[in-house]
Amino acid sequence: MKPVHTLALGLALSAALLGGPARAAGASDTDAERAARWQEIAKSIFGDRKIEPTDTLVKIDAPARALDAALVPITLTMPEKDKIKAIHFVIDDNPSPYAAHISFGPAADPAELKLRVRVNNYTNVHAVAETRDGGLYEATQFVKASGGCSAPMGMSDEEAMKGMGDMRMKFAEGQPGKPVEATLMIRHPNFSGMQMNQVTRDYTPARYINKLTVTRGDQTVFTLDGDISISSNPVIGFGLNPEGKGPIKVAASDNQGGRWEHSFTVPSPSN
Amino acid sequence: MKSAPSRRQALLGGFCLCCLPTLGRAAESFAMTEVGPGVFMRRGPNAEATPENDDAIANIGFVVGRDGVLVTESGGSLADGQWLRSEIRKRTDKPIRHVVMTHVHPDHCFGAAAFAEDRPNYVGHSGLREALDARGEYYRTRLADILGADRAGSVVYPTQAVTGAAEIDLGDRKLRFTAHGTAHTSCDLSMLDTGSGLLFTGDLLSVGRIPSLDGNLTGWLRETERLKGMGATRAVPGHGPVSVDLEPALSDLTRYLGTLREETRKAVAADMPIDKAVATVAQSERDKWELFDTYNGRNVTEAYKELEWE
Repeated sequence: MKPVHTLALGLALSAALLGGPARAAGASDTDAERAARWQEIAKSIFGDRKIEPTDTLVKIDAPARALDAALVPITLTMPEKDKIKAIHFVIDDNPSPYAAHISFGPAADPAELKLRVRVNNYTNVHAVAETRDGGLYEATQFVKASGGCSAPMGMSDEEAMKGMGDMRMKFAEGQPGKPVEATLMIRHPNFSGMQMNQVTRDYTPARYINKLTVTRGDQTVFTLDGDISISSNPVIGFGLNPEGKGPIKVAASDNQGGRWEHSFTVPSPSN
Repeated sequence: MKSAPSRRQALLGGFCLCCLPTLGRAAESFAMTEVGPGVFMRRGPNAEATPENDDAIANIGFVVGRDGVLVTESGGSLADGQWLRSEIRKRTDKPIRHVVMTHVHPDHCFGAAAFAEDRPNYVGHSGLREALDARGEYYRTRLADILGADRAGSVVYPTQAVTGAAEIDLGDRKLRFTAHGTAHTSCDLSMLDTGSGLLFTGDLLSVGRIPSLDGNLTGWLRETERLKGMGATRAVPGHGPVSVDLEPALSDLTRYLGTLREETRKAVAADMPIDKAVATVAQSERDKWELFDTYNGRNVTEAYKELEWE
């Protein structure tokens, strides 16, 4: 993977916010070039399946210009949630564009999904909703950010690895019979493989969560296949089907063989 | 408050020459001021790095002792460091024995190479080396993009790493160093000069220019307490006027940091998502700081990432 020397708006350079326009390929591409790139990516993921545009099945809420390219909050809403089987999230101009594939199970309430991602360039982001009847529907938004994948994260890899695998889950106050909003937080550096150590000129090897399985009782809430575009210390917001019962179990694994499991008790809704 | 550049100007700052005419090497900004006996400082403007200002945006200067000169800080680029060296040589021909780098940020570190011929002792926090490993080359590339590689400078490592505390004796005055816990960054070093009584805070204290959080918010608030207990009444902050009363300046700083912490905690507790928090937290501070719009949202992001794991 070639490091892209764009300016990292994401990284606090403190007194020198070395600001400037992104100059890597992608920032000044024409709409036609962007469309062609998306066609290519879509073909690599979905083959020859037809993807139709949608204004209703999935909507993307992302900042037009990211404050921190290494942590761009994304909210996906799926108003016709009963039709939704899976969501594919793609950041077209990232070095590894296919950021996440989330597949919902019966214990999920797939009306909303929140992710935090890295954005390496001025880019279109795509959310593709896969419906239960096998259809694919895409929504897109343009995001201005750069350097999110290659910007150094902290000041110490060791520090970034601290507590790797720790998890928390927060639950918004729910009402009986209504879906419960949950937030899963995982300690993990999610090294992109593009963050360079200056002395050795080596890149910190990519180490990222590639599989996340969330279950409740004997039912799946969702599975997520992730990649280097997910921000460090991943935070994922999702909904729980109110019919679900039992504790939540989260199993996470990374591309270097790390594996972690935690259980969480869903609070009973107050009246 | 002076007209702060808009977000767009700030983001394009490196290349938007027309918008920031006052940020160049105006004589006023770059005069050396003798802030204490044998202590000379240059005030850095509240700006971002541009091709015109050589990233000369931090307060930098030097202390002249009986046995030699101590530089604190080195400048924001090789060009800035060279300028500082020439200012030193206008005033004294004593050997330049020490160069202090208060933390990893480029506006404080990148002048260091300008003093290579003096073979000084480069003083830094014990965490500075690792921070430079992680960030140095990245900063150098960014700076070279803006200033050109020949003006940007190179990464210089400390030769004296301070853990806890250290002292340097210039013969007639002593410089007492404190290596702080993670605060503004992971490698903040402060210095107390017994000759003038001045406390050199680095960016643990920023006056007028919004503080930028790149370390640990709770740690920073804790370290401000330590700064108060060092026996100094006057300080040389990393940004802002080159000499200030310590107590009120710290009080402004902790008001901002405290507001940032309190309101971010509330946002986390209320499940307010990070994208909403950046637009609402600490807005009461907006008119009190220059470059607020450039840095506050990022400070909130940093604070949120830290505090959501409390």
